[in-house]
Amino acid sequence: MSTILQGGPHAGPRAASNPVLSIKDLRVSYTTGLGTVNAVDGVSLDIGAGEIFGLAGESGCGKSTIANAVMRLLQAPAKITAGSIDLNQCNVLTLSDEELRRTRWRDMSMVFQSAMNAMNPVMTIGEQIMDVFTTHEKMPKKEARERAAHLLSLVDIKADRLKSYPHQLSGGMRQRVVIAIALALNPSLLIMDEPTTALDVVVQRDIMAQIKELQQSLGFSVLFITHDISLMVELSHRMAVMYAGRLVEVAPSNVLLDDPLHPYTTALMNAFPPLSGPRTELLGLPDAPPTSAGRPSGCSFHPRCPLAMDACRIQDPVLRPAAENHDAACLLVPEFVVPPERLAQ
Amino acid sequence: MRFLLRRLGFYLIAFWACITLNFFLPRLMPGDPVSRMFAQVQTQMRPDQIAALRQLFGLTNKPLWQQYLDYIGNIFRGNMGISLSRFPTPVSSVISSEIGWTLLLGATSLIIAVVLGNLLGIIAAWRRGKFLDSVFPPLLVFVGSFPYFWLAMAALYLFGIVLGWFPLNHAFTDGVEPSFSFSYVADVANHLVLPALTIVLVSIGGWMLGMRNTMIATTAEDYITMARAKGLRSGRIMFHYAARNAMLPSITAFGMSLGFVVGGALLTETVFAYPGIGYQLLNSVQALDYPLTQGIFLTITTAVLAANFLVDIIYVRLDPRVRVS
Ligand SMILES: Nc1ncnc2c1ncn2[C@@H]1O[C@H](COP(=O)(O)OP(=O)(O)OP(=O)(O)O)[C@@H](O)[C@H]1O
Ligand SMILES: [Mg+2]
Repeated sequence: MSTILQGGPHAGPRAASNPVLSIKDLRVSYTTGLGTVNAVDGVSLDIGAGEIFGLAGESGCGKSTIANAVMRLLQAPAKITAGSIDLNQCNVLTLSDEELRRTRWRDMSMVFQSAMNAMNPVMTIGEQIMDVFTTHEKMPKKEARERAAHLLSLVDIKADRLKSYPHQLSGGMRQRVVIAIALALNPSLLIMDEPTTALDVVVQRDIMAQIKELQQSLGFSVLFITHDISLMVELSHRMAVMYAGRLVEVAPSNVLLDDPLHPYTTALMNAFPPLSGPRTELLGLPDAPPTSAGRPSGCSFHPRCPLAMDACRIQDPVLRPAAENHDAACLLVPEFVVPPERLAQ
Repeated sequence: MRFLLRRLGFYLIAFWACITLNFFLPRLMPGDPVSRMFAQVQTQMRPDQIAALRQLFGLTNKPLWQQYLDYIGNIFRGNMGISLSRFPTPVSSVISSEIGWTLLLGATSLIIAVVLGNLLGIIAAWRRGKFLDSVFPPLLVFVGSFPYFWLAMAALYLFGIVLGWFPLNHAFTDGVEPSFSFSYVADVANHLVLPALTIVLVSIGGWMLGMRNTMIATTAEDYITMARAKGLRSGRIMFHYAARNAMLPSITAFGMSLGFVVGGALLTETVFAYPGIGYQLLNSVQALDYPLTQGIFLTITTAVLAANFLVDIIYVRLDPRVRVS
């Protein structure tokens, strides 16, 4: 086995040998009247135990589609055309409806992109936390209420809020409640799809700090999705940059920050000053990412790439090792070859 | 609570506006309203009787404001004047003798149509494109698009005459003395089936489609996705998460319909010779029986306002958001 694969959970672009989540060659397409969009086009990634894995990329590159595929929440017109998704060594895609229902929230939970609307407006916060316990653990109401109160205390919300309705909470509180609900059953994987985009920067930082703390004490793994790269670098151990349905670069966050290899990653980094609030234009990147119109020949990024060469128009780069703990999909980046003396070890 | 008080205030004002209008309308008609109103029966009445009636209606030579106060006083004492077409029965007795049957028929059929229609709508939306969803909506729309008269006659012919399962007319068997006995209640129920069934048949499709469409819109909401992600059971998501929210517009529509139940179901009453307000209203309009017409309209208005208030109360229970707004 190569050294790359032997590193600790945060050492290389690949996770430890027993990943919590393992996605292999996932392909998802949406077929509408306008044609077929390959929203996710052959994505493979592993997330180790206790690891925070970031997934960054422009709007529309397919981040939410991956998240929903893992939770098996995709609905028509979405279709998973290939690949496998293993959660704790068990293929999520082949579970029966009832098995899936039991797996959801117990093994994997999710904080939604639009967490503001993720709570039922006509039920109290308490009822919406408690039904997780009463459904999955057949817990009596009273005990469920105590557990719910405890859960709220994890995110610094007073227990008397159990009787509140979602509209009675501020945006930040609502978001913390949603996070608390996501942690109710101590899942091994927490998916967070842009959990803080609707909040102001201060609240956003607050909540992210809280998540990091909880993650350290409870030890769950996180798939963290955002297009705010600076936030992601701070929070995640390892991260992947996604472009037009594919991963173009994967590396530990500090490595990616110090030494981005893919021109798209560089552009994405430049687009976000460290304390970014609202979304800004991708500096220096003309046009928009490819959509249903179809993928350009060669590297999908070449029409917008400042460094594009002739070869980029023809040859489609694959994600391959670019350094010991660094993968990239770019023709400009030479392939990393493991030194023979290390292989011999 | 503040919300409900505000609504109550609004309904009281609406009620007041309505009786005021009722007061002024006959007085705005050209000529002497009393002579007009009594044109039909005048010939049978002696002048002193007419004077007494004028007195009763408040249509005297008193100043207008005094007439107005008298009128309002009469209304609150339940005194809505004398029916002209059924002279000398007071309007209030005409209405109260019919309203029970109207409420029985109207409320029964409305509640069945609403409950059943909404339930079908919920299930159809939840199992979109499946059997229930593909068969029922077109079928019910088809049935609902028949002229009611035709449908009612067909039902009467099939179940009443050919099969003989149900009685042909009236609210209970002629000659039976109303009582609280089981046999009387069963008799009334038996007479109720066909009229109620026909009303349910023509109205249920609307309820089902309305509910189905809101329900489909609701299932696209993020909190439904989250509920699914939470691994809740399908039944709980369907009723507690989706239907609880999708029901809200239906409640408003239900309130409206509930109020108008009081107006009676003219066609049903006609086909099944069922007693009720609808027939009285038609009758009073044809006979130029202004006091009765006005009395019935006033009753309908009151019922609509009261039903709306009831819906507000239910709404506050169901939607926590209106409690603050
Ligand atoms: N319901 C849908 N029908 C058709 N196409 C869809 C649908 N949902 C997503 N897509 C397409 O799939 C692609 C990926 O969408 P996805 O929501 O995964 O992007 P994203 O990376 O999460 O973007 P954002 O940052 O805006 O949330 C988009 O280009 C979009 O056009
Ligand atoms: Mg998204």
